[in-house]
Amino acid sequence: MQQSVESTQAIAESDAIAVERTLAGDRDAYRVLVERHSHNVFRLAYRMTGNRHDAEEVVQEAFLRGYQKLGQFAARSNFGTWVYRIAANYAIDRMRQRQKEEARREAPRAEDRDGMENDPLNRVPDRAPTPERLTQSIELRKQMEQALAALSDAERTAFVMRHWEGCGIEEIAGVLKSSSNATKNTVFRAVQKLRRALQPVVETRAQARTMGTEL
Amino acid sequence: MKHMTEEELIAYREGVAEQRTAISGHLAVCEECRGELERIEAVLAALDTLTVPDPGADYGRQVWREIAPRLAEKPEPWWQVWMEPRRLAAAGVIVALIVAAFVAGRITRPGKTSDNIANKEQVRERVLVVAVGEHLGHSERMLVELSNAEPSDPAQKQVNISAEQRRAEDLLQENRLYRQTALQEGDAGLASVLDELERVLLDVAHSPEEVTPAQLEAIQKKIAGRGILFKVRVVNKELQQRQEAREPAPAQNESTKRERNKV
Repeated sequence: MQQSVESTQAIAESDAIAVERTLAGDRDAYRVLVERHSHNVFRLAYRMTGNRHDAEEVVQEAFLRGYQKLGQFAARSNFGTWVYRIAANYAIDRMRQRQKEEARREAPRAEDRDGMENDPLNRVPDRAPTPERLTQSIELRKQMEQALAALSDAERTAFVMRHWEGCGIEEIAGVLKSSSNATKNTVFRAVQKLRRALQPVVETRAQARTMGTEL
Repeated sequence: MKHMTEEELIAYREGVAEQRTAISGHLAVCEECRGELERIEAVLAALDTLTVPDPGADYGRQVWREIAPRLAEKPEPWWQVWMEPRRLAAAGVIVALIVAAFVAGRITRPGKTSDNIANKEQVRERVLVVAVGEHLGHSERMLVELSNAEPSDPAQKQVNISAEQRRAEDLLQENRLYRQTALQEGDAGLASVLDELERVLLDVAHSPEEVTPAQLEAIQKKIAGRGILFKVRVVNKELQQRQEAREPAPAQNESTKRERNKV
């Protein structure tokens, strides 16, 4: 029993040890990796796919694929980065699949995909909400989501991984199967497009705030 | 003075600029470029307000619960993964579709290409129809039971829905498979209903095992609000009709698909 506790502690100390043990047949060691990295992978997946339903599917699939391919990981040192990359690749596939689904639908549903979970009202900052401020916040959020959705898969991936997740250019280039320079260009194009789409509305909001008419 | 380009400023802001020191030096003395950078930052700051929902402290364990039954005892060669029961079922459906298409091709008279294609599609569709029909029936029963669940005693503070939750978990995996197959088959109407069903199943599967009467009512309202039971019934009924119809004319078949797309 004492030995078991010690080995659990050892697993928690290092992803590399957990990987080794998993490869040796200790399936519970993989549980440590899943529990340790699930939140980070979910955050990436949510930002890439834009909804919780797809994000959860991406997380599960990333860890399933990670387990299946764990033999290929052995020589590497950072499991978190590795599973992140698997998730990003799968999220790109999922986004493409989702686009095909949407294109096939005759009339896209107007309702929000995530129901209450993704209800704009739940995401608006909580300070003294007036109906007007809520309306404008919802409108801004909708425009931001539309601007993000209008990016190409590569641009969205590059932006999410660089801006929100702080990944290195080489790492993003690996996911996009592209060169470093091309990846930097992709980050630039993404920010430029977002700026073109959002700057007018952001400036209008800032002016309203300055004049004390903010909502 | 030569100003910074938008590309240089964005690269600087995103930490990928090569001449970082030079840009910093320029920004220190150039108000115009500082203003431009501030405008870029204002947009990025607005984007930063898009939050990611917290999946909950228990999320890691939840992911493990979802994937653990699908993991082999030990990471195996890639083909071993397909020996797992659920994937075998998936492979079974795919094999059945291929066999059905092959048989349809063999039994159809040569020389009538359009008839051949129609027959192959009908047989392949029939296999999908039977499997999906059964799945929808199970889903409908689970949702009806959950919709009718209520505390046995008005003073009861918790209602146990663990049985429905486990069934929803099982149905969720099947649902994903059928949705993807329906998409591959080009049946957008069926895929759309399965997509909606998947979201409801996901909600139920992720609910606590024991809920308060108020939480139960919220789940029931969500099911009712999405009208998913009605949609499942309509689609299931239609699938049954398709199954009963021995040789529906292709034109009718197409119009039926179009009708369902309106659900």
